Amino acid sequence: MTQQRCVLFCRCAFARVVPDEVKNDVLTHLVDRAEPFDAVGDLCEMSARKDPMLADLASQGNLTVVACYPRAVKWLFSAAGAPLAAEGVEILNMRTETAASICNRLDGKPSEPLLSGESS
Amino acid sequence: MIAKKSSTLRVLVYEGRDSLPIPGELRLELIRSLLDQGYFVSAVKSEGKLAKFSQSHILVLGRFESMPDALATDASEGTQVHVRNIDGMSAESIRGIVDEVSQTADGIVDDPGAAGASASGPRWKPWFPVIDYDRCTNCMQCLSFCLFDVYGVTKAGQITVQNQSNCKTDCPACSRVCPEVAILFPKYKAGPINGDEISADDVRREAMKVDISSLLGGDIYSMLRDRSAKAKSRFSKERDDDRALKERQRCLNKMQQAVDSLDIPVEVLSSLPSADTIRERAEQAKQKAQQALQMNAQKPIT
Ligand code: SF4
Ligand code: SF4
Repeated sequence: MTQQRCVLFCRCAFARVVPDEVKNDVLTHLVDRAEPFDAVGDLCEMSARKDPMLADLASQGNLTVVACYPRAVKWLFSAAGAPLAAEGVEILNMRTETAASICNRLDGKPSEPLLSGESS
Repeated sequence: MIAKKSSTLRVLVYEGRDSLPIPGELRLELIRSLLDQGYFVSAVKSEGKLAKFSQSHILVLGRFESMPDALATDASEGTQVHVRNIDGMSAESIRGIVDEVSQTADGIVDDPGAAGASASGPRWKPWFPVIDYDRCTNCMQCLSFCLFDVYGVTKAGQITVQNQSNCKTDCPACSRVCPEVAILFPKYKAGPINGDEISADDVRREAMKVDISSLLGGDIYSMLRDRSAKAKSRFSKERDDDRALKERQRCLNKMQQAVDSLDIPVEVLSSLPSADTIRERAEQAKQKAQQALQMNAQKPIT
């Protein structure tokens, strides 16, 4: 049995660096799913404020962060005094990946659609 | 400087036990608009794992048939729970409730996302350098370059970003002077400054770029400022304001090309302080960096 993961979605609300289509589609998918999730307006802004919630998030064992470049997310948490664990953290990048690929990974499916004829 | 917040409001959109489902469209509109305001939102429909938080306020929003006495929200000690029934309400009215709790509950910063902005001023775009300590060699070049007191040094002698909101929005100049490609601006348009992987080419480019001492020696800031001031006085005599503006923009753009490798926005160049202030600040920054380097050099090697 797989261990349950916490999901944290970043809306990147204060800048337009994440394509609108990707962040809207991923959020819609999260909102429609049965599983719970956490979402923040802007991880950068929380890091600048050293928001204590980042330490709580970083201490979660299995965490999937849906935001931007993994190197940026890693050092934003660290800058807030809340370093992410070296293991058990997965970072999905909405600046480079498609919404479909991210949604598939959130659902534990292969990130690329299966070719017809392949079985899952 | 951005104040540390003692607590954050966590808005829990709740559809679990003892509550009715929230219509899909309302749920999406509500969550999206709360996030756009900078709120922290959690959504719960069924059993599942949510992150646990210490010292937070939880505002539980749900369609409750009768107001529950307490909710199984995994609230840890130190957490205050506020419960509101949103049955029959629009997304806008629900947002009003959230704003109200955010402003009145103890110890919550009343305006999420407004850090660094005045009450009437524009919302601060969270733009500031983030250091990749896997790459940083603690050379202090960023400290001696920045005129706006963004960088500092910890007690242990390590470079740190101490005044994020002093940073000039959209200016990534200090990342261009870091010899190790160790400074990120997550909201920058291109890699590797935005956090993208660093290629061998990026490292080569950094090694070739302008030497910081020659930059400061040439006093690039005051040169830019003087040219900006000259352009200003020349164009104040112009009758055609539009043309003057365009001409000034052209001039600034030209200067921008000269410092293209730094990618400093024209707005930042044209808002620099006087040449004397710049010289003074550059000197202070340089001294701070030298002191830190001396302190580190005296440390016993471990
Ligand atoms: S962490 Fe990335 S996605 Fe989130 S606000 Fe910062 S730049 Fe945007
Ligand atoms: S210039 Fe780069 S390597 Fe040097 S202290 Fe600053 S971040 Fe570290």
